[in-house]
Amino acid sequence: MVLRWTGRSAAFATAIAAALVVLAVGPFVFAPGVTDRLTALFVYVILGAMWNALAGYGGLVSVGQQAFFGLGAFAAIRLSHAGVPVYPSLAVAALLVGLLALPLGEVMLRLRGGEFAIGMWVVAELAHLLVNLDPLINGETGTSLIALNAVTAPARRADTYWSALGGMVVLLGAMFLMLRGRVGASVQAIRDDEQAAASVGVRVLATKRVVFVLAALGCALAGALWLASAITFQPRAYFSVQWTAYMIFMTLVGGLGTFEGPVLGAVLFFVVETVFGAYGVWYLVGLGAAALLFALFVPAGLWGNAERRYALRMLPVGYHVALPASRQPGGG
Amino acid sequence: MPDQDVLLTASGIGKRFNALAVLSDVDFAVHDREAIGIVGPNGAGKTTLLNVLSGALAADAGRIVFRGDDVSRLDAAERCRRGIARSHQIPRPFAGMTVFENLLVGARTGAGEHGEAAYRRCIESLELCGMLPLANRRAETLGLLDRKRLELARALATDPVLLLLDEIGGGLTDAEAAELVGIIRVIYGRGIAVVWIEHIVHVLVQVVGRMVCMDAGRVIADGTPDAVLQDAAVIDAYLGSAHAHPDS
Repeated sequence: MVLRWTGRSAAFATAIAAALVVLAVGPFVFAPGVTDRLTALFVYVILGAMWNALAGYGGLVSVGQQAFFGLGAFAAIRLSHAGVPVYPSLAVAALLVGLLALPLGEVMLRLRGGEFAIGMWVVAELAHLLVNLDPLINGETGTSLIALNAVTAPARRADTYWSALGGMVVLLGAMFLMLRGRVGASVQAIRDDEQAAASVGVRVLATKRVVFVLAALGCALAGALWLASAITFQPRAYFSVQWTAYMIFMTLVGGLGTFEGPVLGAVLFFVVETVFGAYGVWYLVGLGAAALLFALFVPAGLWGNAERRYALRMLPVGYHVALPASRQPGGG
Repeated sequence: MPDQDVLLTASGIGKRFNALAVLSDVDFAVHDREAIGIVGPNGAGKTTLLNVLSGALAADAGRIVFRGDDVSRLDAAERCRRGIARSHQIPRPFAGMTVFENLLVGARTGAGEHGEAAYRRCIESLELCGMLPLANRRAETLGLLDRKRLELARALATDPVLLLLDEIGGGLTDAEAAELVGIIRVIYGRGIAVVWIEHIVHVLVQVVGRMVCMDAGRVIADGTPDAVLQDAAVIDAYLGSAHAHPDS
């Protein structure tokens, strides 16, 4: 009586699986430039999805997710410097930052709304300053992931690509499973009305903590992956608020609170960046204007809009009750 | 009544909002399978009492014992998991979720059920409240009356032992009120204790066996509905004004 998978969503899942198989052989097929750009796209998808998990599902609007992006890259530098093999160090860095998010969440999740949003920005600035204190980083001059010099350019390109693809699949898969389960329904309830959620038994703080840690871990992995593809680490570039601005753009344009929306938003952002990125400041102005226009006129985002208009439901994170025909509204 | 029948005891409850004492030294007990109506003028502290009992607000003074355990320091979520559910006077639906998903949150966390059992409880609650045809509607598209029914259905999905209702019948037509009385009688018939705040006294007396009247943060009468409605203090504080304003 309660449906989760529909024929359409099964077909959609199959299409995704097929696309992933094609992407998996990418480095053997694509030109080096294409491989590098797709690596960037995977990082964008991670960033958009993580900000959406936090804000769209958890109602936790943060303008400080660059804190985790920067810390992820920094942790990878430190781990690699300590002798951890370079690619495993990316994953370990993300896990460590996820662990760090636990105590941080204890403090930050007690803040509400705007206080949390701005508080997270403060955390990012603080993290930036603390990282600059590390002598290994050389202040704003930065350093690089020297261990990657030992790997040839083609191998490095392919390994980074596969790491990003794998990281994206694992994180989106984890988010999908979380949203389908008990935590997902609780998280959305908190987003809509925290007090009402508590009144039906939702443990508000514990539930927010799950989303907060997932988003921290995801953004940290994105930062570490970005480091692996850029090699250089300059604190200012990684702890820049522009990363969060990108995440907000992708989520707003694609559709806040929809699973597929931010992925679409990331692809659009990627295309816009590829085409207009060379215009520098005007590109950023255009990006900001587009996000603003979407927030004003298409608040549900592209995917959210399509989902409502055409009753699309590609990935089954919700529930549909199959009613006997006589019980359909208007059916008598 | 013997003590083993007591479900909830609130003793010496006090609550202040800054300088304003909203509840002062309130003693209140609910017995197993009891239906209690709470009446009183606006500002008497009825909703605040409900908030304190459900854990939405922490009391400044007093102690609440539910099924033998002191729950005074537990938050709303923990109290719900132990069997205290409530509806809100101004509906607080999970607007972005469907009606069914609204209930599912409660069935999974409040009632602690999984999979098919949780689905069944939700469908059953929707059916009882006459909301099954609306199961797939997003809650934000519901009108006020359906939002009020959703409050009731969602509270029911948490599998309560004690159901606290806050003006669930306001604004209903006579036919709708009669339907609501039917629903609450079924709930009560299942052995769920009901505490119901309502201004529409003639609807209330169709369900409750006991009535409590509050005024200015205190309980001024507690007894059978007949006795309370004939109490001089109640007539003075509440019914007198209600008679002057028939719609209140």
